[in-house]
Amino acid sequence: MGAPLLLVENLKKYFEVRRGFLGKKVYLKAVDGVSLTLVRGEAIAIVGESGCGKTTLGKTILRLYEPTGGRIIFDGRDITRLRWKDLKWYRCETGLVQQDPFGALPPFMTVKRILEEPLIINGVKSKREREERIYRALERVKLTPVEDFINKYPHMLSGGQQQRLVIARATILEPKIVVADEPVSMLDASVRIEILKLLQELQQKYNQSIIYITHDLSTTKYFSERIYIMYAAQIIESASTSELLWNPMHPYTKALLNVIPDPDPGNRLIIKDVPAGEPPNLMSPPSSCRFHPRCPNFMKGVCDAREPPTIEVTKEHYVKCWLYD
Amino acid sequence: MEEEHLSVKNLTMYYRTMKGEVKAVDDVSFSLLKGETMALIGESGCGKSSLAKAIIRLMPRNVSVYKGTVLLNGVNLMDLDEEEFRRKIRWSKIAYVPQAALNSLNPIVKVGEQMIEPLILVYRMSKREALEKAAGALRKVSISESFIDHYPFELSGGMKQRITIATALLVNPELIILDEPTSSLDVLTQANIMNILKSIKWERDLSMIFITHDISLSSELADKIAVMYAGQIVEFNVAEKFYSDPKHPYSQRLMESVPTLRTDKKLGFIPGSPPSLLNPPKGCRFAERCPFAFNKCSEDPPIIYLDEDFYVKCWLYAKE
Repeated sequence: MGAPLLLVENLKKYFEVRRGFLGKKVYLKAVDGVSLTLVRGEAIAIVGESGCGKTTLGKTILRLYEPTGGRIIFDGRDITRLRWKDLKWYRCETGLVQQDPFGALPPFMTVKRILEEPLIINGVKSKREREERIYRALERVKLTPVEDFINKYPHMLSGGQQQRLVIARATILEPKIVVADEPVSMLDASVRIEILKLLQELQQKYNQSIIYITHDLSTTKYFSERIYIMYAAQIIESASTSELLWNPMHPYTKALLNVIPDPDPGNRLIIKDVPAGEPPNLMSPPSSCRFHPRCPNFMKGVCDAREPPTIEVTKEHYVKCWLYD
Repeated sequence: MEEEHLSVKNLTMYYRTMKGEVKAVDDVSFSLLKGETMALIGESGCGKSSLAKAIIRLMPRNVSVYKGTVLLNGVNLMDLDEEEFRRKIRWSKIAYVPQAALNSLNPIVKVGEQMIEPLILVYRMSKREALEKAAGALRKVSISESFIDHYPFELSGGMKQRITIATALLVNPELIILDEPTSSLDVLTQANIMNILKSIKWERDLSMIFITHDISLSSELADKIAVMYAGQIVEFNVAEKFYSDPKHPYSQRLMESVPTLRTDKKLGFIPGSPPSLLNPPKGCRFAERCPFAFNKCSEDPPIIYLDEDFYVKCWLYAKE
């Protein structure tokens, strides 16, 4: 294992929200002190419920948002404070696959034009080279025969094909990192696996690193090597996929794993334990441990007194919880 | 023999569009006993919601063909005229919670006022009595009754969805149709709503049709499963058998594509996409994507009963 390709340290992204008559500034802390590492060719998953800040985390890593604090180091180079115009090379090294493929594709452009755009912007001058690369990209995502697709508009493609086009666009510059933000949640069950397998193939064949952002733990088991669980803007547990799924430690992770059903007729006969309440508002999250108002293992005077540290309980298995102190 | 609560036979509903006739529900049959839950599963656009609308007769104006029988407690609902159906069946006997119902709450009317509307209009209840009933219904779905005086915009998605369920149950229906009740909600919220639905089901002997595209989730409620593909039910089976041993090649493929947490398996997917309902293939509609297709499949497969009530629509099970 070499040096990490991407190193994120204590990353913060606050959005300013003005509130009240006095115009007192209030911040929505969407990402609040997140650290992670990504090795070349590795696939990691960031799992959390809606509103926990996982999309913001992905976009901040891509520097589509300006970080409020912390550091992002890519390939040994600190890119946290680089200015917009100095970031062009970083844009070529990273790609984004959005959740809603139809919304992410310009409806008035043909497939060819959509894929040509990033090449033109990044100075591929020869028309022949551009065409060759478009062909290669479409073949990679299996939109073949290429001739059948190249002159179509997005609305002429099925949902799965649209998502493959989005992936082709995200990877046409052969980036080292692809952030896939809920890439299959808008697709049908039978196509989901097809798209995830395609991403996995890109990862394994072309040594691309993938940050897979999702709310669905059951797919991460098959498509990622390491899982980060996010709750209320913070990473509360991380471990290798098998370790996390077989030996979850944080009460929130345990609760999540407990309620996700496998297709089993026995499910209908039991009531499952669900922590009461809902995820907190990120403008005023609970003090200290953010899960403490909902936690079944809540310890008075501890969990609501100080913020828990992140503890390495077993090798490479980190938990942010007082239970393991 | 147990009482058959709902029995749908050869139900058919087509839409007329500029491009031709859309065969959204095509010759669909199934039956449900009192207190049973049927999960209706299938991919988007396969006609799940259309089937629900055909049962509760909330159809758009461009319906061109609407035929078949829908028996509720042995009475054929298709014989009732619109006025009778509205007065005697819709909401009072059969309730329907449409997809994304949580967004249909009026944001500027208090929760309680919205909930009691049917009680006042249909049952001529006094407002005080109706509000008391609404408070009780809220408690059933684990929402504090003080929320009667709140506005929907003050509530989270999960709470709104629970309120739509509570509202549908206020009129004491015998059958409730839930169309994707949790599809936009978070995992824990979803689990919470499943718990509530389970306890309601056990408490009241309520029959349910639970429409979902999520097979794992369907197992949280289903006693029976109907798998829909391109406007038709291709398999109708009981939960004990379906999840471990689905019969129709489409169900089998669909099951292969479900990732599981607790067991290891090889995931598969179904190449291609479902046929257009404008002009579905003459024979088996799944044949084009089916790994077992043979020459017989160019003819429409018959419904083959595996057991007295459970069937599969596939030539593979035909006895020569």
